[in-house]
Amino acid sequence: MASSTTTVSNAGPSTGSRSFLSRLWDGDEIARIVTFLFAATVVLITVLLVLQLWHDSSLPRHKFGLSFFVTRVWDPIAEQFGALPFIYGTLFTAAVALLLAVPLGLGSAIFLAELAPQKISDTLQFFIDLLAAVPSVIYGLLGMFVVVPVMRVYIQPALKHSLGFLPLFQGPAFGVGFLTAGIVLAIMVIPYIISVSREVLLSVPRDQREAALALGATRWESTWKVVVPFARTGIMGSIFLALARALGETMAVTMVIGNTPTISASLFSPGYSIAAVIANELTEATGEVYFQALVELGLVLFLVTFILNGLARLMMVLTTQKGSGMGQV
Amino acid sequence: MSPRLRWRKFVSNFMLTLTGVCAAVSVSALFFVLGYLVYNGGTSINWDFFTKLPVPVGEVGGGMANAIVGSAKLLLLASLFGVPIGFLGGIYMAEFSNSTVAFVVRYAADLLNGVPSIVIGIFAYAVAVLPFKHFSTLAGAFALGLMMIPITLRSTEEFLHGVPRALREASMALGASKWKTIAAVVVPAAYRGIMTAILLALARVAGETAPLLFTALGNQYWSPGLRQPTASLPAMIYAYALSPYDDWHRQAWAAGLVLLALILIVNIFARAILSRGGTVLR
Amino acid sequence: MHASVRQAVSVNINPTTVTPSREAATPATMRMNINKVNFFYGSKQTLFDVSMGIATSKVTALIGPSGCGKSTLLRTLNRMHETVRGARLDGEILLDGKNILAQDVTQLRRRVGMVFQRPNPFPKSIFDNVAYGLRINGSKLPIADAVEKSLRHAALWDEVKDHLHKSAYELSGGQQQRLCIARALAVEPEVLLLDEPCSALDPISTAKIEELLVQLKDLCTIAIVTHNMQQAARVSDSTAFLLMGQLVEFSPTPHMFTTPSDPRTEAYITGRFG
Repeated sequence: MASSTTTVSNAGPSTGSRSFLSRLWDGDEIARIVTFLFAATVVLITVLLVLQLWHDSSLPRHKFGLSFFVTRVWDPIAEQFGALPFIYGTLFTAAVALLLAVPLGLGSAIFLAELAPQKISDTLQFFIDLLAAVPSVIYGLLGMFVVVPVMRVYIQPALKHSLGFLPLFQGPAFGVGFLTAGIVLAIMVIPYIISVSREVLLSVPRDQREAALALGATRWESTWKVVVPFARTGIMGSIFLALARALGETMAVTMVIGNTPTISASLFSPGYSIAAVIANELTEATGEVYFQALVELGLVLFLVTFILNGLARLMMVLTTQKGSGMGQV
Repeated sequence: MSPRLRWRKFVSNFMLTLTGVCAAVSVSALFFVLGYLVYNGGTSINWDFFTKLPVPVGEVGGGMANAIVGSAKLLLLASLFGVPIGFLGGIYMAEFSNSTVAFVVRYAADLLNGVPSIVIGIFAYAVAVLPFKHFSTLAGAFALGLMMIPITLRSTEEFLHGVPRALREASMALGASKWKTIAAVVVPAAYRGIMTAILLALARVAGETAPLLFTALGNQYWSPGLRQPTASLPAMIYAYALSPYDDWHRQAWAAGLVLLALILIVNIFARAILSRGGTVLR
Repeated sequence: MHASVRQAVSVNINPTTVTPSREAATPATMRMNINKVNFFYGSKQTLFDVSMGIATSKVTALIGPSGCGKSTLLRTLNRMHETVRGARLDGEILLDGKNILAQDVTQLRRRVGMVFQRPNPFPKSIFDNVAYGLRINGSKLPIADAVEKSLRHAALWDEVKDHLHKSAYELSGGQQQRLCIARALAVEPEVLLLDEPCSALDPISTAKIEELLVQLKDLCTIAIVTHNMQQAARVSDSTAFLLMGQLVEFSPTPHMFTTPSDPRTEAYITGRFG
């Protein structure tokens, strides 16, 4: 039957022998085109985003070039823009955050993967997942009204008293500053380290652990010297993920860092981060150079998190490959 | 037992206990957050909070009705923008695409997902605010919708892939066309997973403040229509927290409690549905 | 029936019915003794009243169909069953007359080593794999010497001596398994347990390891689980046949494979069930 061509070709790609119009009316082809357009929109939006960041930062890029990254002065009135204080603040707080979050997160992940019975491990992981769902502004709220006073009244004076000979712990204690921001960030990124590390540790083959125990190792020795090294690529990936998160955090940081473009070795000093300065100044930016300098900062943030996320994904891929290729004859 | 072995066993027990302490500390953070919100904001949650507008600066009282409605409007619009793109794009990925196109789209989605929310804000500002020369609810919804796209797309793709081949083949064997199979069989089979993923995306986006600072901005009053700035819960929390007024601080805590409670409830609900369905959520 | 019962009994008590070159387990010294062991996974019992001995400087094989409990039994000998939640053991297991269940488990596992079914070297170099146990437990010899000694005992030294710092994963499957044997030997265990060590290997590697086991007898007592009866016949001095968690027969290997006392043993050996 001549009409059967339209019904039979539903399952596969349409053949060239059908007329253009009949193909156009075919439900499958329409569905394919329509859904393709939506999928393509995603790519389009992403491309547009990158282009916009690049285009809207061209003035300062041409004007300042690479010196943008090493100049300290951020003077909108004189139209001199140097990103160093913000880069410094972003990196410094991220470093503090990781220094606190990695041991705590890895330790928790080890507990959840190696020691806790399955039900407890799953329940605790559930709470950790909820922790990851808490919005940044609420961490900021707690940071401002709970952490900052505690820092100002108890912790910072105590640190000054005991370790004040180090430049890290000098200067007046306001409560806000690099240390406080680092602490709040640490709490925000711990869930990422825990979830990913726990998963990777759980996927280490049983017989690695057993081989270590069978040699007379204690439980800690088998965990720390065999299981964790086996999972180290995945754990590294989780740290990159956490770092990417920490660098891009805006609200919580701007609420506790002090928002002053200072470069100081002291943890107690107020500072500024890239995300915070964009948040505070973008809509107030008078003049095209000012505006574009902030966009350029956004571009920098984008590139750095892009690279870190890419590396983290790479590590995940490497981990799964390792798991499947182990001990094969 | 040799002294060396005794030491090793001591170290083992000590370190393992330490990991337990780490886990306890990490989990307790959640309860600290909840605890402080309840303690500081619980008493401020009253009928006024949900129904009244903010009162002028310096006065006591009032509520956040406009912020609640504003957030609801923003989320609804954001879904209308982001979910269809993600959903239909996900259908393309799972059902029609070849591996090259799929790779490119997936890469773009992952890239978009990893963009810090402040940078999404910059983009939305440049595209949806500057050309029109004013802040608006639409711009805010655009920014939030952008953030919903990658999650929706990847989840749709994943859950559709999870539908067994046999189901599709049974439908096609009965003479249904591909798109009919997708619409009537595959999507309904994956429906639960996709819905919960969308809910989780909403929960995540509901708490976002940074992109709204440049798009919806804020508003002390109602925001009629879509083309004016609007208040939202996260932006209100931020503004009130930064203010010097104790009463506004009190309200910020209350708003924080309401926001977090909603987000956590959606999260718990969504995960419970997913786990009952036998799926593990990443 | 009457005669075979008597024969079954006499085999276990009277060694002279067996060929003189291999003695029955009973009069030789027993490095380990398993007394009335019952084993449970949760509420399910998987070993029923098992009693036997592992003779010093001899190879004892455990054979039986899948699921008969031979691996379970082997793993009780170095208390590896304790790594699984819900596992419970009733009974006594003696090492040199002392109950291992009452001792410190870390110390026990240095004395009773294990090689697993699939080669599982650590993600370290060949050298560091063998040295791992030495570094943890302490070593009488300098580590490099102890590593060489173990690799020689595992018949692997000549193949790897110039590549000690390469990753263990670059070795072939058979070499990796010999590396695991070297790793286990490095801590100088008194007993070495092998759980189907050749099941993931090719025939040539298998032959190499079987040759190795016969030589290793002088170094330590060996207990090996195998589903390959020919292997048991080739390498072991005594064989224990388990069926559904029960020890059906335990006798010198030549006797077991030529004139088994129990009809079930005979049925298994002749391949009537797997």
